[in-house]
Amino acid sequence: MNKENVLRVSDITMQFGGVVAVNNLSLEVNKGEIIGLIGPNGAGKTTAFNVITGVYAPTNGMVELNGSVIAENHPQGKMKAQYKGENAGKYTGKTVLTPDKITKKGIARTFQNIRLFKGMTVLENVLVAMHMNMKAGVFGSALRFNAAEEAKMREEAMDLLRMFGLEGNKDDLATSLPYGKQRHLEIARALATKPQLLLLDEPAAGMNPQESDELMHLVGKIREQFDLSVLMIEHHMQVIMGICDRIYVLDYGALIAEGNPEEIQNNPRVIEAYLGVDD
Amino acid sequence: MTERINGSSNKRNMVLSFIALAALLVLVYVLDIVIKPTSSWNNLMTCLEKGTIYALVAVSMNLLNGFTGLFSLGQAGFMLIGAYAYAVFAIAPEDRTTVYQYYEGGGLIHFSLPHMLQDMMGGADAFGGAIGYYLGIILLMIFAGLLTAGIAFLIGIPVLRLKSDYLAIATLGFAEIIRSFFQWEGLGPVTNGSNVLRKFASYDSSIFPVLVAGVCIAFIVMLINSSYGRAFKSIRDDEIAAEAMGVNLFKHKELSFVISSFFAGVGGALLAMFQNNINASPFTSNMTYEILLIVVIGGIGSVTGSIIGSYLFIACSEWWLRGLDKGEFLGIEADFMTPGFRKVVFAVVIMGIVLFYSRGIMGTKEFSWDGLFNFFRTLPARIAGIPGKIKAKFSAKKHKKNTKKVKEAQ
Repeated sequence: MNKENVLRVSDITMQFGGVVAVNNLSLEVNKGEIIGLIGPNGAGKTTAFNVITGVYAPTNGMVELNGSVIAENHPQGKMKAQYKGENAGKYTGKTVLTPDKITKKGIARTFQNIRLFKGMTVLENVLVAMHMNMKAGVFGSALRFNAAEEAKMREEAMDLLRMFGLEGNKDDLATSLPYGKQRHLEIARALATKPQLLLLDEPAAGMNPQESDELMHLVGKIREQFDLSVLMIEHHMQVIMGICDRIYVLDYGALIAEGNPEEIQNNPRVIEAYLGVDD
Repeated sequence: MTERINGSSNKRNMVLSFIALAALLVLVYVLDIVIKPTSSWNNLMTCLEKGTIYALVAVSMNLLNGFTGLFSLGQAGFMLIGAYAYAVFAIAPEDRTTVYQYYEGGGLIHFSLPHMLQDMMGGADAFGGAIGYYLGIILLMIFAGLLTAGIAFLIGIPVLRLKSDYLAIATLGFAEIIRSFFQWEGLGPVTNGSNVLRKFASYDSSIFPVLVAGVCIAFIVMLINSSYGRAFKSIRDDEIAAEAMGVNLFKHKELSFVISSFFAGVGGALLAMFQNNINASPFTSNMTYEILLIVVIGGIGSVTGSIIGSYLFIACSEWWLRGLDKGEFLGIEADFMTPGFRKVVFAVVIMGIVLFYSRGIMGTKEFSWDGLFNFFRTLPARIAGIPGKIKAKFSAKKHKKNTKKVKEAQ
């Protein structure tokens, strides 16, 4: 298997005031891999996602995409005295790209609590994600000089909707869709940004076993068809164990285990974190 | 097959739109010739012109508030910049000494673009002169828009980092600063201080503001329906998701703010021409609230609503309810109808609209031919259904009463 590195997260610490939400997290995603990120509630999984996608600037550490730095920071100012994490002197630079720039570089995401554009149709939701790659300017776009480009965008968006079985709903308001379809639309919208790495935040939340089984196959299909890597947070163990190449386990913000599904299932620390242990 | 049906109905709608627009322009032209000279129906033309100008400003405000989700209250300030940018450069040199009577030598600026182009293209009586005159007016209006947009760009850099109410307060503050600045004595040789600017070039025919506002509103509608419009709407719906989908928040907010201000500036220039004189003092936050009222009553997020709301608002305040101030309204005479009573009635009307149409007259819907045809097609059925509805409501009430009685009995 080709071991080309897509995402490398190095020694990320995210501290809010005195609370360390993510502590010294390092992980790697290689090309074509599906990676799971699991852990009990409040372990810092979504915070890690928010650091990778630029919503938060990390307190310390570095995130690289295809070898170029998308976020790097070290404790500064007030945080210098408060900092509780490790590797305090290791990083010196400060690079914080905004989420839109990171998306443009090739990371797309979905949200744990669905964040679709409420007042817009299903098709428009997907088209928004294609806006950043559009060549026409405001006037060209408003005066329809880019009719060919717009037509091509709509064509591509419809292809995506067809893949998720949403073509019949294209003119419905996004929020009028049933829950499962809203989750699918979020993935379709993320794919419309043409990512190299797709971050899925609990894509199977609220789905029944059959639906989550379908989702599992869909994620595999997406990897093949769009030639991308996937990093997903999920609580449904059957999904995670059935599809992931490797799994990272977080507890209280820190990495407690890493390995393939079998190793994780038999890891005593993971079992302890999930089930607790008798004194 | 469905594609073809859609295609042909699109074509039909386009033809209908063109016919409607042409008919509208002819109507305005005829009204302008027939009605304007007679005084009895003069109000109609006033409402038509002022309503059109307010419609443009309201639509530009809706682009910000309704489509980009930026609660900005700077519209009056931007109109003021546009009005002054236009008026200052459109006063004929020979009139400058009378207009700028408190300033030596008739102020600093000594040329007027419309008059200059008029002279260059054949003088006041020639046809070419008239073209030059209007060309000058249009160029100056574009200048007014660009100046307003430029100032909005600078104001936007700090202000657009704020959100919701804070943004509203900051823009409101900037609008007031702009007003005070234009009234400043030190700027007098250019802006005539707090005195009135008058005798500047203006249009003759009501068709001019209708045409200009029409073109501007058409551009805004096309912008809203373009990819940039979708990006604006995504910011309105969910900033975090929009940013995660690659929409550069600051760039698009700034873009929306600047474009909206450009059209507010053009609207201000039109308002100056409509009034034939301009003065900074009426451009207070009150004027912004009037426009906000139009946007809210019409429907936040509906261009059609803003246009309808604008004509209704102007017709009420300038025409239909005027009788209430004069003691006679719809043939009723009463002593309590003294000046100011109009505003009381107007407030009640607005409260009624807000109570029954809580999302504005149009909500977020837009006018469409299909919608119009559908409305008329289903109208008989709905009228026929009204007695049934009333009956149902009545029986429901009865039922409620009955259950109450039963409960009381128990």
